[in-house]
Amino acid sequence: MLKLVASRLALGILSLLLVSAAVFAITSLLPGDAAEELLGQYATRETVEALRASLGLDQPAPLRYLHWLGGLLTGDFGRSLANNVPVAQLIGARLPNSLMLAGATAVVSVPLALAIGITAAMWRGSLYDRAVSVLTLSIVSVPEFLVATASVLVFAVHLRWLSALSAASDITSLAQFFRLFALPVATLCCVIVAQMIRLSRAAIIDQLRAPYVEMAVLKGVGPLRVVLRHALPNAIGPIANAIALSLSYLIGGVIIVETIFNYPGIAKLMVDGVSTRDLPLVQACAMIFCAGYLLLVTVADLCAILSNPRLRHP
Amino acid sequence: MAAALEVQGLEVVARNAEGVETPIVRDASFALAPGEVLALIGESGSGKTTIALALLGYARPGCRIAQGSIRLGETEVLALSARALRDLRGRRVSYVAQSAAAAFNPARSIMWQVTEMALLHGIASRQEAEAMAVALFRALALPEPERVGDRYPHQVSGGQLQRLMAAMALIAEPELVVLDEPTTALDVTTQIEVLRAFKAVLRARGASAVYVSHDLAVVAQIADRIVVLRDGVIRETGPTGQILSAPAHPYTKSLVAAAAPVPRGAAAPPEAPPLLVVEGLVAGYGRGGRDGMPAVPVLREVDFAIRRGSSLGVIGESGSGKSTLARVIAGLLPMARGSITLDGQPLPAAIGQRTPDQLRRIQLVFQSADTALNPRRSVARILGRPIEFFHGAKGAERDRRVRRLLDLVQLPAAAADRLPGELSGGQKQRVNLARALAAEPDLILCDEVTSALDTVVGAAILDLMDGLRRELGLSTMFISHDLHTVRSVCDEVMVLYAGQRVEAGSRRAIQAAPWHPYTGLLIASVPELRPGWLEERGTVSAPPDRAGPACCTFFPRCPLRQPGQCDVVPPPVQHLAKGSAILCHRSEAELLAGAEPATAEPLV
Repeated sequence: MLKLVASRLALGILSLLLVSAAVFAITSLLPGDAAEELLGQYATRETVEALRASLGLDQPAPLRYLHWLGGLLTGDFGRSLANNVPVAQLIGARLPNSLMLAGATAVVSVPLALAIGITAAMWRGSLYDRAVSVLTLSIVSVPEFLVATASVLVFAVHLRWLSALSAASDITSLAQFFRLFALPVATLCCVIVAQMIRLSRAAIIDQLRAPYVEMAVLKGVGPLRVVLRHALPNAIGPIANAIALSLSYLIGGVIIVETIFNYPGIAKLMVDGVSTRDLPLVQACAMIFCAGYLLLVTVADLCAILSNPRLRHP
Repeated sequence: MAAALEVQGLEVVARNAEGVETPIVRDASFALAPGEVLALIGESGSGKTTIALALLGYARPGCRIAQGSIRLGETEVLALSARALRDLRGRRVSYVAQSAAAAFNPARSIMWQVTEMALLHGIASRQEAEAMAVALFRALALPEPERVGDRYPHQVSGGQLQRLMAAMALIAEPELVVLDEPTTALDVTTQIEVLRAFKAVLRARGASAVYVSHDLAVVAQIADRIVVLRDGVIRETGPTGQILSAPAHPYTKSLVAAAAPVPRGAAAPPEAPPLLVVEGLVAGYGRGGRDGMPAVPVLREVDFAIRRGSSLGVIGESGSGKSTLARVIAGLLPMARGSITLDGQPLPAAIGQRTPDQLRRIQLVFQSADTALNPRRSVARILGRPIEFFHGAKGAERDRRVRRLLDLVQLPAAAADRLPGELSGGQKQRVNLARALAAEPDLILCDEVTSALDTVVGAAILDLMDGLRRELGLSTMFISHDLHTVRSVCDEVMVLYAGQRVEAGSRRAIQAAPWHPYTGLLIASVPELRPGWLEERGTVSAPPDRAGPACCTFFPRCPLRQPGQCDVVPPPVQHLAKGSAILCHRSEAELLAGAEPATAEPLV
């Protein structure tokens, strides 16, 4: 099993390497370049060339890639072309905000989704199960900007319970944290909870059809214990994957939420980077998103490997 | 003495998709004295499992216990609340399922599952429960009783798992144990050990038991009384000896008759040129090494020939390589080494290299018609496709051939428009067979074609196949784990053990001692249709010996093994006077002396 875990980790690192090459290649294909963008329309050819040389943009692409990769490995993300400050500094200011938003959402959504998914599986076919099914479907089909805008209108503008704008910097108390985060977290939950509920419900139901569950019932095991102690350990693999896929949305897909709530997160930083042709910034953000995604998927796979007794006890 | 269990007028109904309820068990009444073992016998669909589950107050999803009474001692099981039922299950009535491999939770250790019931019902502390479990493991003759509980279900064999499940059922010392076909999924050699363990432990604990089975010979060994079921109705009830020797109901008579094999085919193969010759066949799974040997060899150096019009039976336990042999001959799994010759022409190893004519001449019939037939295609299309492919017949000509095929396998012409799901198990297997016949092959490979069928239905399929073989001059290779089946349809028999041919000979030769020790073990393990057989039969198999890699694959289990020779020198091929060839060091006289007193009933 150690071999399997090691090979999975190696695969993760290899994918990250491939992703870095892809990120670099794609960002290099973006039309225009930072030198032209910086100097504006009226720059002469000579000044553009000079700036290019000073930024290292005149070197061949493979060399630039290796240079950039070496920088990544040593923690040097390069300098932002637009602001001329280290990219690490820009990201360092935004990343904690994004992590806080994602973390708060995960802490709320995962237990909620598991509880609803498992109970729906336990009482499958009941009124509760059908209600959950209809509700999750309708929530997941409403676009998130609509959810966000509507909730701002209701809770911030009309009821004035919560803050419409969220800036993580001015948090002084727990109550304030709730006030600021409630709306963005609720909006994000709406997006990701539905999928997790549906997948964990399906995974549990799949296990509840297994003969060993009937055996447990015939042993006199109660329904709650059947689900939690018998079925759930066998469903960890698929559930972990469902959670990882849903949470991966929180990494890059939050741009709409960040925009509506004017939240200073990393997704917004990246979009700003794209509009100013700030390649080092865009590349660094893309790498962070991909690394986060790969991390989640790898952790889910490791969970599935570790929860499988055939692999744990060969 | 008061009855331990009394069932009165039990009716269980099943609801179909339209919500209409039909009874699947009607007016079932029987009683069980304390310490008695009662067998429920019947074919699939007879309602025996439904009754067994009802004894625990349980009905499968879609079913409902409609009326009747089940009294366990003083308790009316059907009147209990859900909470009281949970207390009853496991503690007073426990259940042993057919497939222990499926009924054990793969994610939990065996000890956790075995002791769960005792802990749940508050009978014992964890330590006490584990001590009780170890005592049961020992009573059930499980190897390493102290440590087997730490394992996970996938780490122990099927036979051990079935015994572990019995331990799980007995841990709370229930009054009644319900055993649902507990040995059906096991090899004969394992079945006998499991049966022996069950019987000893039931007797020692004085528990009553209901034993559900379709196999009269197995039931004869363990049950005091037999209840015969058919179509959800009890047809006959009586003591075991009486049911076996003097069955009263016509259905019971047909069951008893079907349990005794009818010899078909010839005692020796016809004098005809060989159709298929296999030499030095090596095949397995996983990428081959530099020497061309697969990583996991399944078949090693197998030689045999099938004559035209003859039927070769291939027999062995699960894992012996029987099904792999069929896959290799059909080309689905290319062999690593060796040669296959069809009618004097060498046959390419891989299916992609064979000509359409070579493909046509060898047809494979799979074990399960349920999965081999496309459920969305009508029978006419299933049979029409190979006719078009191999013979290019279209339209009316094709329809005529489909009708002829249906006639050959004794199905009505109206079956052509049906979907496989609308046919019974036996009818589906006939379609499966007709699909192979549609190609007009020379050789049909039958992989356990009757294993999933009831005895009576299976016997009809065997009759049909034997008739077809004569009529069409077909050769067949008949793979089975059931010695009865092979002996009743084949004129030559090959015994496989761990991928090696340990014995081969005509049916007559296989019938009589001396045998290869493994053949002897197989023959002595088939239960006979009389009570007391289990007690008379001693333990044939030697205790497993895992010391060192053995040259003879059967060495670890062989009762006649000679350490110093058998585990050092590969056994030679030896031709016995009776006409069969075996792979063994022992001389004919030694084999004869060491064999079980002749137990194989004469068939010829």
